[in-house]
Amino acid sequence: MNGKRTRKEVQKPREASVYLNGKLVARIKEPEKFVEAIRKKRRNNLISHEVNIAYFPEFEDVVINTVHGRARRPLVIVENGKSKFTQELKDKLASGKINWNYLIQQGIVEYLDAEEEENAYIALREEDITKDHTHVELDPVVILGISASLIPYMEYNRGDRINYGAKMVGQAIGIPMKNFLARTDTKYNAMVYPQLPLIQADISTIMDEYPGGQNIVIAVMCYDGYNMNDAIVLNKSSVDRGLFRSYYFRTYETVKKKYWGGQEDEIAIPEPGIRGHRGEDAYRELAEDGIINPETPVSSDSVLVGKTSPLRFLSGEDFATGIENKRETSMTVRYGESGIVDEVFITETTDAYQLLKIRIRDQRIPEIGDKLASRHGQKGIISLLVPQEDMPFTSDGVIPDLIFNPHAIPSRMTVGQLLELLAGKARALSGKDIDASAFNHMKEPEIRKLMKSLGFRDDGKQTLYDGRTGKKYEVMIFTGLSYYMKLDHMVADKIHARSRGPVTLLTRQPTEGRAKRGGLRLGEMEQQCLVGHGAALVLKERFDSDKTMIPICKKCGMMAIHDVVKNKSTCAHCKSTEVAWVETAYAFKLTLDEMMSMGVMTNLEVEEV
Amino acid sequence: MTGLPPKIVREIEEYAERKKLSEQKRQKIMETARELYSKSLYDAEEPVGVVAAQSLSEPATQMTMRTYHFAGTAGIQVTLGLPRLLEIFDARKEPKTPTMTIRLEKDYQDIEKVRKIAEQIREVKAKDAILSTVVDLTDLFIRCRLNFEKLEELGIPREKAHKIIKLRNVETSLEGDELVVKPKNADLKTIHKFKYSVLESHIKGIKGISQVVVTKEGDEWIITTLGSNLAKVFAIEGVDYTRTVSNNIFEIYDVLGVEAARNAIMNQSKYTIEEQGLGIDIRYIMLLADLMTVDGEIKAIGRYGISGQKASVLVRASFEETKKHLVGASVRGEKDELRGTIENIMMNQVAPIGTGAFELVGRIPELAGQKASGEKKTKKKAGTASAAKKGKTKTKSESGKKAGENKK
Repeated sequence: MNGKRTRKEVQKPREASVYLNGKLVARIKEPEKFVEAIRKKRRNNLISHEVNIAYFPEFEDVVINTVHGRARRPLVIVENGKSKFTQELKDKLASGKINWNYLIQQGIVEYLDAEEEENAYIALREEDITKDHTHVELDPVVILGISASLIPYMEYNRGDRINYGAKMVGQAIGIPMKNFLARTDTKYNAMVYPQLPLIQADISTIMDEYPGGQNIVIAVMCYDGYNMNDAIVLNKSSVDRGLFRSYYFRTYETVKKKYWGGQEDEIAIPEPGIRGHRGEDAYRELAEDGIINPETPVSSDSVLVGKTSPLRFLSGEDFATGIENKRETSMTVRYGESGIVDEVFITETTDAYQLLKIRIRDQRIPEIGDKLASRHGQKGIISLLVPQEDMPFTSDGVIPDLIFNPHAIPSRMTVGQLLELLAGKARALSGKDIDASAFNHMKEPEIRKLMKSLGFRDDGKQTLYDGRTGKKYEVMIFTGLSYYMKLDHMVADKIHARSRGPVTLLTRQPTEGRAKRGGLRLGEMEQQCLVGHGAALVLKERFDSDKTMIPICKKCGMMAIHDVVKNKSTCAHCKSTEVAWVETAYAFKLTLDEMMSMGVMTNLEVEEV
Repeated sequence: MTGLPPKIVREIEEYAERKKLSEQKRQKIMETARELYSKSLYDAEEPVGVVAAQSLSEPATQMTMRTYHFAGTAGIQVTLGLPRLLEIFDARKEPKTPTMTIRLEKDYQDIEKVRKIAEQIREVKAKDAILSTVVDLTDLFIRCRLNFEKLEELGIPREKAHKIIKLRNVETSLEGDELVVKPKNADLKTIHKFKYSVLESHIKGIKGISQVVVTKEGDEWIITTLGSNLAKVFAIEGVDYTRTVSNNIFEIYDVLGVEAARNAIMNQSKYTIEEQGLGIDIRYIMLLADLMTVDGEIKAIGRYGISGQKASVLVRASFEETKKHLVGASVRGEKDELRGTIENIMMNQVAPIGTGAFELVGRIPELAGQKASGEKKTKKKAGTASAAKKGKTKTKSESGKKAGENKK
């Protein structure tokens, strides 16, 4: 700790090397006094407050840093066991008589970098200050990052849930930026009716301008089996009224390039006969200039810009046959995406090429498979949309927007969420502001008192009636209001299936991934399951996506060559024309070829069946 | 109809006797049992190995996620959970924590007698009876202060104390309370090392057994040890060698033979799995234990054991060390008979398992006539129904050499 020394050090006259921005500049005596003096000067505003100095007795080093690129954080200075940020100053700051810069200039608050922090002894709260402390945190909340500090009743949740929650706050769809309608980012989402949280940690006013969710009424109960295992039942009527509705924007880009030899791309509706022509129908939506009009509905593979490019190489044969030296290179909508053309931008790149940007907008109404989450690390997938007449209701006629499964609570211990529900209800009923900042907020008994004064049960429970039968539920149901977020993981972006489709060139096996219309791999473990069931024929059928017939020489067992024109097969190895056709996987044929390329001769002994 | 196993027959007969059932009733029970038994049998060509592998590996994945530990319980800390399971199936020569569970004969079920046996088993090293040592560098000998109380406990009288060091080429003598150990061919360089070999030298008990714990299991006293040496323990009087076990499978193999080793594999893996609160049918473990011991020696599952010794080149190459197997096969000119499952999946042929193990041969005259005409391309036709039987040979490699052969 600061100031403590070992026995050895006391005996020796104390010295230290001084490093200024990493360079050795001096060797000094009495380093502690030196460091103290510089700090005093900084606090008295005689030298810049961006200078940081640290003393490491064990290495006999004094490190001074003045350069950019250091992470620094503000702390209140403590002297003689007392915080310099007195009540008087706090009042003045609240009334606006002084500001932050004043506190820095007066040496009340200072910024420490990582190295100077090593010399500091920082108290978390003012109550904790002892005479050894050198600093005190501005507020305990500074241990959290931006996302985590937005979680209401944060300290009531288990640590990992705060982590998950903070991560999911970052995935929420809300207002991405204020000028999003004028931007051409590759892709972004924007919510239609975002709201500020009813229950909010009073941390940032900046985040208020970028809300990422909506306040909804929640009933904590089961709904048949539809909300098992983190599934979520949503009120369909609420969805119809615009709940969690968002827009998905994607910008497509193409450049009209110029090539060597005066050739260049052409932006127009491609003429029939050009290589890769998609047929007249594909270009129907394009305007005369070959560019699609705004507000045109488009879907997968729709042409947005008709474009033709010159071929790189023109073989002599093509030249002779007079095939036009052009190739269709139109810009199309990605596989699996659709929407409406939102805006068309025509500009130039810095190289003076024509640049076309087309933004597609797609309305995303919540559907089964979309992901929702509260701010407490409780995420779930919409599993059912129930019309409001079939949803449970209270005697007042309040119908929840969402039914949350109580089984999600005990093992995860997100007590903060329960408090948020209760406080949300109190807030909505009373209109009173309820602060939910971490460590310092309205306490539970007070919320309960507020609920009581409103004529409700203080535990948030209410009698609910089954919307389908009209019967009263035998138990009271915990209901409340909570802030929910729609996360950036929607089924529309992920749904994928394939029956036939593209294959990779090398192995002739199906491609991988949704973007390439790939197949869904039946993996090794799944394969073993089929083996385990003894389903030999199913097994063969599943794996014959790359089956081929190969001619095998009956004499030597090597792969023969088949001449399609003459319809005759000959073995290149032993010149035999006796050939057997064998069905195998193309990948196996490839393996044989590869082994042969390494000098391993592979013979297949063939038998007639 | 399949015959019932003798054990079940015996049980039914015992039951019938006890309940004094009529012959007719007894027959009926036997009949029902036989029916149920034949129903629960595996069908021919059912891939039991895959089912066994799945049944074992699913709980094994569970085990990686949660391994229970006993903290603070009396007894000996043994490796458990997945690490132990891996030890068994990898056929490690020496387990991380070798232990023995020693059971005693009926006449020795007395705490004093048990203690005595336990004392006999535990290894006592010289360092346990030596309080301190001084190395004399000028005359090159070691002076040890002895703990005579300890020696007395071990039953070694004062006058015989100098005989505790049983190293070769060493002269020992007693000088007052001190033991002087003088190596015959001592030199300055090795004297320090020599000190440690003196301290580590064996005095009493069985070598390698560092800890002995006496516990009671029901009415019976048992001795558990850390360290294992079955052969020596069996020789001790009072030890019931029919019920004394070690967890060192290789030691069991050496002392008692393969059959015992097979049982040890079964018992040890069953114990390890059940200790974790998981359950696997004993038959799967039996299959695995059988597979590991069929050759009369213990083989590991994996690269250097069963998987690395498979008959098929393709299977070995697809598992691990592809190049090694391919090169080896081509040098030796190996032939792959393609009898296994994996080979046939690789070649996209019907694998000879389950339904694929059988072929239907029809003797319909018209079809037989057709077959003769389209003989050459039958494979194409019959491609799916009955796979072309193929053997696959790999012959000598190296293109240069091959080219030379061709010219000849």
